[in-house]
Amino acid sequence: MATATATHEEHHDHGPAKGLMRWVTTTNHKDIGTLYLLFALLMFMIGGAMAMVIRLELFQPGLQFVDPGFFNQMTTVHALVMIFGGVMPAFVGLANWMLPIMIGGPDMALPRMNNWSFWILPFAFAMLLSTFFMDGGAPAGGWTIYPPLVLQGGNGFPFMIFAIHMMGISSVMGAINVIVTILNMRAPGMTLMKMPLFVWTWFITAYLLIAVMPVLAGAVTMLLTDRFFDTSFFNAAGGGDPVLFQHIFWFFGHPEVYILILPAFGIVSAIIPTFARKPLFGYSSMVYATSSIAFLSFIVWAHHMFTVGLPLEGELFFMYATMLIAVPTGVKVFNWISTMWKGSMTFETPMLFSIGFVIMFTIGGFSGLMLAIAPADFQYHDTYFVVAHFHYVLVTGAVYSIMAAAYYWLPKWTGNMYNETMGKWHFWLSTISVNVLFFPQHFLGLAGMPRRIPDYSVQFAEFNMWSSLGGFAFGLSQVFFCYIVYKTIQGGEKATDQVWEGADGLEWELSSPPPYHSFTTPPKIK
Amino acid sequence: MSTDNTYYVPHSAKWPIVGSIGMTLLLGGFAGQLNGSSMADNIMLVGLLVTIYMLFGWFGDVIEESESGAYNKAEDASFRIGMVWFIFSEVMFFAAFFGALYYIRVFSVPWLGGADSGAATHEFLWNSYEAIWPTNGPEAIGGEYQKMSAWGLPSINTLILLTSGVTVTVAHWGLVANKRKQLIWALAATVALGFIFVVLQAVEYGHGYHDLNLTMGSGVYGSTFYMLTGFHGFHVTVGAIMLAVVLVRSIKGHFTAEHHFAFEAAAWYWHFVDVVWLGLFIFVYWL
Repeated sequence: MATATATHEEHHDHGPAKGLMRWVTTTNHKDIGTLYLLFALLMFMIGGAMAMVIRLELFQPGLQFVDPGFFNQMTTVHALVMIFGGVMPAFVGLANWMLPIMIGGPDMALPRMNNWSFWILPFAFAMLLSTFFMDGGAPAGGWTIYPPLVLQGGNGFPFMIFAIHMMGISSVMGAINVIVTILNMRAPGMTLMKMPLFVWTWFITAYLLIAVMPVLAGAVTMLLTDRFFDTSFFNAAGGGDPVLFQHIFWFFGHPEVYILILPAFGIVSAIIPTFARKPLFGYSSMVYATSSIAFLSFIVWAHHMFTVGLPLEGELFFMYATMLIAVPTGVKVFNWISTMWKGSMTFETPMLFSIGFVIMFTIGGFSGLMLAIAPADFQYHDTYFVVAHFHYVLVTGAVYSIMAAAYYWLPKWTGNMYNETMGKWHFWLSTISVNVLFFPQHFLGLAGMPRRIPDYSVQFAEFNMWSSLGGFAFGLSQVFFCYIVYKTIQGGEKATDQVWEGADGLEWELSSPPPYHSFTTPPKIK
Repeated sequence: MSTDNTYYVPHSAKWPIVGSIGMTLLLGGFAGQLNGSSMADNIMLVGLLVTIYMLFGWFGDVIEESESGAYNKAEDASFRIGMVWFIFSEVMFFAAFFGALYYIRVFSVPWLGGADSGAATHEFLWNSYEAIWPTNGPEAIGGEYQKMSAWGLPSINTLILLTSGVTVTVAHWGLVANKRKQLIWALAATVALGFIFVVLQAVEYGHGYHDLNLTMGSGVYGSTFYMLTGFHGFHVTVGAIMLAVVLVRSIKGHFTAEHHFAFEAAAWYWHFVDVVWLGLFIFVYWL
C-alpha cells in the first residue's frame, strides 16, 4: 500500500505549493476562494469599463463616441460579464472561503472538482470576450439573447453560446460541491438549524443553481440548432414560437436573479448582528423566508413577459404570484431592522454597506412591486425604470453585500485590518454616486425612455447627464476600492483573531489569517 | 488516506486545467467550424483528444486512490450525494426540452391554428393552417414527411432498455452477494444492450432521413424529435461507456460487496436514461 502511505503523509504535512502552479493545481478551498474573488474583481472592472462606455455615450443626446451596434454589444456583454463573471463568482468565492470554516469542516467536499469549477471560468470569459474581435462583433441582442434577434448576430454567436455552456458547467459543479459540503462536512453537533445564515442561503442558492443552469443550457442549445442545424423551435413558420424561448429563458432567469441575491441575504444576516451586538432576530423565520423565496422564484417567470401577449389568466397568475414574494422578503427586512433595534450599534464599513444594502435593496424591491402590476408594467416594460429597478437590487443589493463581505472578512483572510477611514470614504462616495447614477433612471423610465438605445429625445437629456456623472463617480470609487483591497493585502495594522468585538461564529475562533488547513479535526460545537 | 476522523483532501490536481484547455479547444473549434473556418476541425480534434486524455487521467487517479483505500465512509457519502444531484441537474436539462415540446403541443401549435388568443395571427398570417400534431408548421418547413411510428424499432428499443435495467440490477445483486460471475455476465449483458440500443437508434435515424424525409429541419416536429431522442441517445452512450468501464474494473477484480460507489453511480445513471426514455416513448413517439 505504498500509494496510500504516501498520500497519508502528504495530507498531514503539506502547506501551499510554491510558485504559479500552486494556484493552477490547488485543491485548497481558501486558495480557490481567493482565485474566485480576484477573478470576480477583475470581471467587475471589465464589466464596469463597459458601463462607462454606455454612460459616456448617453451623457448627451445624439451619437458621440460609439456606433449603435457597438453600444448594443456593450449593454449585452456588460450584463453577461457582471452576472456570470462578477456577482456569481464573487459569491462562490465567499462560499469557498467561508462555508467549510463556518460548518467546521476540513475543506470543500470535492476539492478537485472545486478547482475545475473555477478554472473553467477564465477560459469561458476569454471565449466570450474574444467575440469582440470577430466578424460582426460581440453578441448585441441583449443579455436575454431573445430570438430571432440574437440569431442574426455575427461569428461571435456560437462562441457566446459555448461560453454560456461552460459557465453553466462551472456553476453546476460549484453548486453540487456546496450542497455536498453542507450535507456531509458539518462538524458533529452542527445541526442544520445551527448553521450560520450565510450557509443556509448558499445551500438554497445551490439548489436553485442545479435546477436552472441546465435549463439555460437547453435554451441556448436550441438557439444554436435553430441557427446552424435547421431546427424550428423559435420559428413560427415551422410550428415553433419565439415566445417559447422567453418562457424557457425566464424559467432560468428568475431563479437566477435570486441566485444573485440570496447569498447577499446571508452576508447581511452575518454582519448586522455583529455590529448591532445582538443575535439575529428571527433566525428560523429567515430560513423559512429564504426557502419560500426560492420556491416562489420558480412560479413567477412570466412577469418578465407581460407585454408579449400572454393569455389573461397568465397575466393574473404571474402578477399575484410575484407579489407574494414581497411577504417573505418583508420578513427578512423587518428581521434585519429588529436585529438593529436597541442594539449597541457601531458603524464600521461592513455595517455601513449592510445598512446601505437594507435601505437601497428595499427601494429596488418596491420598484419591483410596481413592475409586478401587470397593467402598469405595460407602461414600464423595457424602459429605464426596469434598468433602475434591477440595478438597485443588483448593485446596491448584491454588489453592496459583496463589498460588505469583503470588508468584514478581509481582516480574517489577510490578517491585516483595512484602513477604516478609506473604507468609510469608499462607502459614502459609492452610496452618493450610485444614487445619482440610478435614481434619475426611474424618472427617465416613467417618462418613457426605452432601454438599450444609444440615443434619445432631448427631454431626457438632463437626467441622463446626472446619471452619467453619477456613473463616472461610482466607477472611480470602485477603482479606489481596488486600491484599498490591495493595501490591505500588502499590510497594515494586524487583525486580532476575533477581529470584530461582536462577531460570533467558528471563523472568528481561528487565527487571522487562518491556517492553510483549518479544522482537520472537527471543532466542538456549542 | 482518510480515517474515521479525517477527510481525504487531494493535495493538488492537474487534471482540471487539462480539462479546461480540452473543453475550450473542443467547443471553440466547434464554434469555428460552425462559422465555416477551415482550421476549426483540427482544433476540435485536438480538443477532443485532450478531453479524452483528461478523462482517462482523472478517473484513473480516482480509481487508483479508491483501490488503495483512500476513501472511507465520509468520502463515499460525498460521492453519492454529488452523483444524485448531478443526475438531478441532468433531469432539469431534459426538462427544458420536454417543456419546449409540451409548450409547442399545448400552446403554440393550437394558437397558430387560431385557438384562443391566436385568432388574429391565424386569420392574417396563415389562415389555411390546421393545428394537428405532428406538424412542420404553417409553411411546411422541410417539406413532406412521415411520422416516426412508435411500434417499430422504438418499441423494441423500449424493451431493450427495460431489460437492461433488470440486468444491471441482477449484476448488482451478484456484486453484493459476492457472486463475481453473475456480476460480470449481467453487466456485460447490460453494456451490450446499451450499445445495441444506440445502434438501433442510428438505424432508426437512417430510416427517418432516407425513407420518411423526417429531418431536424422538418419543422418543429423534426426539431423536437431529433433534439430529444438525440440528447437521450448521447446520454445512453455515455452511460454505456460508464458501465463498460465498470465492467472492465469488475473483470480486474475491483469493487467489494460493501465498497462499489462507481458501480452504483453508473447504475443510477443508467436508470435515469431509462426513465427519460419512457418519457420519450410516451410523449415523442406514442401520443
